[in-house]
Amino acid sequence: MIAFERVFKRYPNGREALSEVSFELGQGEMAFLTGHSGAGKSTVLKLIALLERPSRGQVRVNGLNTAAVTGRKIPAFRRLVGVVFQDHKLLADRPVFDNVALPLAIAGVPRREMDKRVRAALDQVGLLGKETSFPLELSAGEQQRVGIARAVVSKPPVLIADEPTGNLDPELAREVMNLFRRFNEVGVTVLIATHDVHLIGQFGVRRLHIEKGQLVTGMPDVAA
Amino acid sequence: MSLPEELRGPRQGPPRSAAGRLGGWLERHAQTLVSSVGRLARAPFATVLTLGVIALGLALPACLHLVVVNARAVTAGLEKTVQVSVYLRPGLPAEQAQRAERGIAARNDVIETTLITPEEGLKQLEARAGFGDALKALKENPLPYAITVRPAPQFDTPAAVETLTAELRALPEVDLVQVDTEWVRRLEAILEALRRIVVVAAGLLALGVVAIVGNTIRLDINSRREEIEVTKLVGGSNAFVRRPFLYSGVWYGLGGGLLAWVLVVTVIGLLGPAVETVAVLYSSDFRLAGLDRHAAATLVGGGTLLGWIGSWVTASYHLQRIEPRA
Repeated sequence: MIAFERVFKRYPNGREALSEVSFELGQGEMAFLTGHSGAGKSTVLKLIALLERPSRGQVRVNGLNTAAVTGRKIPAFRRLVGVVFQDHKLLADRPVFDNVALPLAIAGVPRREMDKRVRAALDQVGLLGKETSFPLELSAGEQQRVGIARAVVSKPPVLIADEPTGNLDPELAREVMNLFRRFNEVGVTVLIATHDVHLIGQFGVRRLHIEKGQLVTGMPDVAA
Repeated sequence: MSLPEELRGPRQGPPRSAAGRLGGWLERHAQTLVSSVGRLARAPFATVLTLGVIALGLALPACLHLVVVNARAVTAGLEKTVQVSVYLRPGLPAEQAQRAERGIAARNDVIETTLITPEEGLKQLEARAGFGDALKALKENPLPYAITVRPAPQFDTPAAVETLTAELRALPEVDLVQVDTEWVRRLEAILEALRRIVVVAAGLLALGVVAIVGNTIRLDINSRREEIEVTKLVGGSNAFVRRPFLYSGVWYGLGGGLLAWVLVVTVIGLLGPAVETVAVLYSSDFRLAGLDRHAAATLVGGGTLLGWIGSWVTASYHLQRIEPRA
């Protein structure tokens, strides 16, 4: 689960990204995080992934106050949060298999199980058979899906994604959203930042809308 | 389409046994081991260059060590106790020479004396290489009576020997007094100093090897910064990120150590025949000693350890400072 409690974030350059943001996403809940670019969507995700720290207020993930997660505790924390990055953050000099297997290698999963799980994850994003390709040989959409496979392969209880369908055509975008949905159905807490209004209209999930660093309440949740 | 069993989480299945965990740990290390070798092999020029520098840093003290070992071997056969040769005036009659010897033998700072007659002296001289023919040309024996004097152990110090020689020189029968074995002691002192120099040089060069490995690893870390960031981003601990660099350091050290050993063996091989020629001329059966098994193991093992230290220090320092940027 994810909980923000009166979170205020000001960047060192003085820009106020979030002010007084509070929300709670229960265990196994799924939500879209919407808003214009620059509204603070990415900041919310960065605070969850420990890439940024709140200036004030509390962020809790998986029952842990992130303020208490420092130094050596950070890696274990991050392993429980699958992140799909907008810029993929893939290793260009490693084949797709190695990229997807990275979280499993970190967790010390044995080779055989690693094999099975990487293949299952790639199958889910429609990239089975691309194991030996290198990221730069793939299209932007395919790279994005490799990033998604990497985020889900370690079965984290929390999954966050920053514009995961940005580079995908509508057909694939829907497929990817369905994938997140399937993870949500087996109990994973999912938060997806997106501005694809078209797409979210097709999913009946909660919507958190941010404008100028503040959560706007009363936005209609998208009907199924 | 529903989620396959493999991705249904979070965390299920029985906890892994201790043996399973150990197996996984070994497997991970084996993987890193192999991939770190592959990484070094992919940049052969840089790797060979680094190995060469490390090997030189290790081979230099090893060669100095062999200089000391071999010099020790050369001087090992030499008399270490001080011996004073007293040459009596030429033409001194036998009974006076014997009286002089008894007088010297009675001193309390002398433990042993030997009288050498001119005839015996000539025989000894003839026995030495190269002198035989020259001596045959002489019509009469030019040698005087000589007495070799061994100071008592407690009078073995340079000062006591100095006093003894001065007093012997003052005797009326005495023509010349020589302290024969002083140079051996000087050589010993020089060798001891050299041995210490080897230790200090080895220490400094070991620091050099650590610095070389450290610097190489630092460059490696810089060029793999993105990979490190991404690995940390998906939950890689410092220890996990550090592991491949530690292996690289160990490979550098091990490779450098082996190369240093090859270098030393080559040097001994090149110098051996020349030294043997000299030894034969001095009718000695001395042969240049190479590294024994213990020294070779120290060289290779020490190199490996230094590589590990260098990479550990650098990787620990630099990796902690690389944090994923948003």
